[in-house]
Amino acid sequence: MSTQQEQPTDADDAGTGQADDAADAGPSPQDRRMDKKADRRIERERAAGATDADAETVHLKVFRYDPEVEGKQEPRFDDFHVPFEKGMTVLDALIYARDEFDPSLTFRHSCRQAVCGSDAFFVNGRQRLGCQTQISDLDGPVRVEPLPHQDVVKDLVVDMEHFYEQMHAVEPYFQEEDLPDGDLEEQYQTRENREKVKMSTRCIWCGACMSSCNIAAGDNEYLGPAAINKAYRFAMDDREGEELKEHRLRIMEQEHGVWRCQTQFSCTEVCPKDIPLTEHIQELKREAVKKNLKFW
Amino acid sequence: MYEHDVIVVGAGGAGLRAAIAAHEAGADVAMVTKLHPVRSHTGAAEGGINAAIRDGDDWELHAYDTMKGSDYLGDAPAIETLAQDSPEDTITLEHWGMPFSREEDGTVSQRPFGGLSFPRTTYAGAETGHHLLHTMYEQVVKRGIQVYDEWYVMNLAVTDEPDPNDRSCHGVVAYDVQSGQIQGFKANDGVILATGGPGQAFDHTTNAVSCTGDGQAMAYRAGVPLEDMEFVQFHPTTLPSTGVLISEGVRGEGGILYNEDGERFMFEHGYANNDGELASRDVVSRAELTEVNEGRGVEDEYVNLDMRHLGEERIMDRLENILHLAEDFEGVDGLVEPMPVKPGQHYEMGGIETDENGATCVDGLYAAGECACVSVHGANRLGGNALPELIVFGKRAGRHAAGEELGAAEILTGYGDDVEDETDVGAPVEPGLAGIDETSPASGVAADGSGQTMASDAVLEQAVEAERTRVDHLMDTDDGVNHADIRSKLQRAMTDYVNVFRTEDGVKKALEIIRECREEYQRVGVSDPSRTFNTDLQMTYETRNLIDVAETIALGALVRNEFRGAHWRQENQIRDDENWLKHTMITWDDGAPSIWYRPVILEGEEKTYEPKVRSY
Repeated sequence: MSTQQEQPTDADDAGTGQADDAADAGPSPQDRRMDKKADRRIERERAAGATDADAETVHLKVFRYDPEVEGKQEPRFDDFHVPFEKGMTVLDALIYARDEFDPSLTFRHSCRQAVCGSDAFFVNGRQRLGCQTQISDLDGPVRVEPLPHQDVVKDLVVDMEHFYEQMHAVEPYFQEEDLPDGDLEEQYQTRENREKVKMSTRCIWCGACMSSCNIAAGDNEYLGPAAINKAYRFAMDDREGEELKEHRLRIMEQEHGVWRCQTQFSCTEVCPKDIPLTEHIQELKREAVKKNLKFW
Repeated sequence: MYEHDVIVVGAGGAGLRAAIAAHEAGADVAMVTKLHPVRSHTGAAEGGINAAIRDGDDWELHAYDTMKGSDYLGDAPAIETLAQDSPEDTITLEHWGMPFSREEDGTVSQRPFGGLSFPRTTYAGAETGHHLLHTMYEQVVKRGIQVYDEWYVMNLAVTDEPDPNDRSCHGVVAYDVQSGQIQGFKANDGVILATGGPGQAFDHTTNAVSCTGDGQAMAYRAGVPLEDMEFVQFHPTTLPSTGVLISEGVRGEGGILYNEDGERFMFEHGYANNDGELASRDVVSRAELTEVNEGRGVEDEYVNLDMRHLGEERIMDRLENILHLAEDFEGVDGLVEPMPVKPGQHYEMGGIETDENGATCVDGLYAAGECACVSVHGANRLGGNALPELIVFGKRAGRHAAGEELGAAEILTGYGDDVEDETDVGAPVEPGLAGIDETSPASGVAADGSGQTMASDAVLEQAVEAERTRVDHLMDTDDGVNHADIRSKLQRAMTDYVNVFRTEDGVKKALEIIRECREEYQRVGVSDPSRTFNTDLQMTYETRNLIDVAETIALGALVRNEFRGAHWRQENQIRDDENWLKHTMITWDDGAPSIWYRPVILEGEEKTYEPKVRSY
């Protein structure tokens, strides 16, 4: 399918030279997001009157494809006009279109609250979670496509197998075997260390980052931001010992590991959980160097 | 056909824990899930895991709090097992790397939760379920346990002897969502249902759209009783427009509820003079709706939950996720304004009747987690008690199914000598089957007249054929009714009439509408002609399950004419221990449901729990 290669429409603030920004102790992505949220709220309040008056229906343009149904084997866009309600998300609009107009409209979704990671779509040229995206924040018509750079199974459903394989390739599980004696004895961890891995543990495996990554698009074996972040989550967790950390860094510095990243920050931009993915990848590069490990 | 020792259906917290336990016990185990494991709704749990792991606390206090919270409808052997096993099973998660929040000394953090006498809710931010789910999935990957993801289980392969206690389960029938192929999964040692709750039976729910009660409905139709289904927890703090959950952790950390007049009504209107906002969930939900019904609600719909006084630092440290949820799904900034909240369906206390080893009355069929009813939660679940239930009883079911000896169960299952029949259900319409269902149940008796029980392969093969026939029928039905219309009608009826406050007339009205839904379902059809990722077909199956489960909720709500825990009846607003210290059991009886009762077990290991007035 050729839904790829569209440039994010609102990526102006992604800009260039962000690798330098990352090295500075500027505002954290979390702070930036909080600021952006405040701005968006003000914007929404300002626009509220106008929105209510002129946006009674939402115009959706939805990508359609089904390999075995006549008329859908050639990808096309279908138009749906859905009654707008305050607070409506892209997912709400899709559900309405499916339940009221076309039961064959197909997309993954489950929790409706940005934690199951099922409904990452390409909305108006950018990877977003359908449930987390307010219609009122988008320009119409709202164009909804499957995630770029992944095979389309049907409509908005993409094949996630490759993404899962990459996640599994980094030994994504805690491996420390030197545990405290006694079934009721916990391992100790400092608050600082827990804080250190906190953002990395928030990944919901939605695949938005991988889909946004130009390097992953060109190198199918590249582990990708989500899998590297998963490795970061364990490599930086002090509960795993030094030996394991070195083992994990060795995996990271393979040919298709961290050194492939060209710090374009697209993954960080689209992550719905605000994980500073690029910074995590950069930090693993530094750690690998620090350990004085030989890389390819 | 696929074949494994143990098949786990569902891959949320209970399913993952069961699979790991069965694997550790040496079984060849496979998980079959309609989602991918990390998409499971356990990931949305926020608050934490109750476990008595600190000095000054002990399992007996946890058991006592849970029994009191259950309004004396939990079974003591189940509750004591939960309280005893939770500490070790919680620490196991820590040993698997789960990123719990930490104290200054590096130990895992615990916080106060509603109805607890000790702050024993062990947490990882306000996203404990997400971390629990991912940590356990990681361990499944580590062990190389086979996962069939996006395979929808359509039915169980259970024999059909007249008495369900004589039946046995030999596997499941599932369909590969991506390709549409239907396959049998043979289970040599056991099938464990871990399919979660039926929240989608309601209109306003915190539950995912995937929470459709599939396991409960399948077990029910296979002859297993559903227990205490009328006890549905309505969480007091859900966002009004979407039902998204705002964790009890907000009140645990000191969040305050106000009505429109700015009154702290939990105290000022005397709902819970001691514990206020941290009273049990049923108490707070009723208080909120009473405020709204008496004209003190904001916009006549909700109340305000204020956490601003906790300060940004504490909120960011412990409740950051709540800020994002309130902003993304209600457009409210919890740092600068109170958050609107109202009660929403959250949890089904009842479920598939099991003993404390997860076993049902059908040989080889187990259940664990929200879909099961051991019964730990009785008439009301305490916050922080769902996650320990997943790990404690998931693990036990996995071990037992894999053949480990766990000792004889004290809790009885199946219709037996200890039960009491309901003779006057008083339903306004016939519950149960509408029309002829030629495709079920799978006949487990050989058709050659010999009366011989069929071999397990044949039972499974017959079940597979039945589902193939059903799918063909659904796909061939032109101009059929759309399942979505039936589902939304059902959801509205349940939220309108089987909500926090229930009346006899209202529940009867709901039963009538459920009957209409059943009749409309006779004409349901799947309009998507594709075999590829046909969610129309899957949701049509789910809607049938929702109808069956919703009916058991309404039937239970009709017969239980008392006020206990989450179940309130206008006609008799007292807890009636004289008549109602018993579980409501509903069996499908091949399409003509019957109701009976099993006494609650209040005798614990060392003491008997005496029902007391439940005040907070």
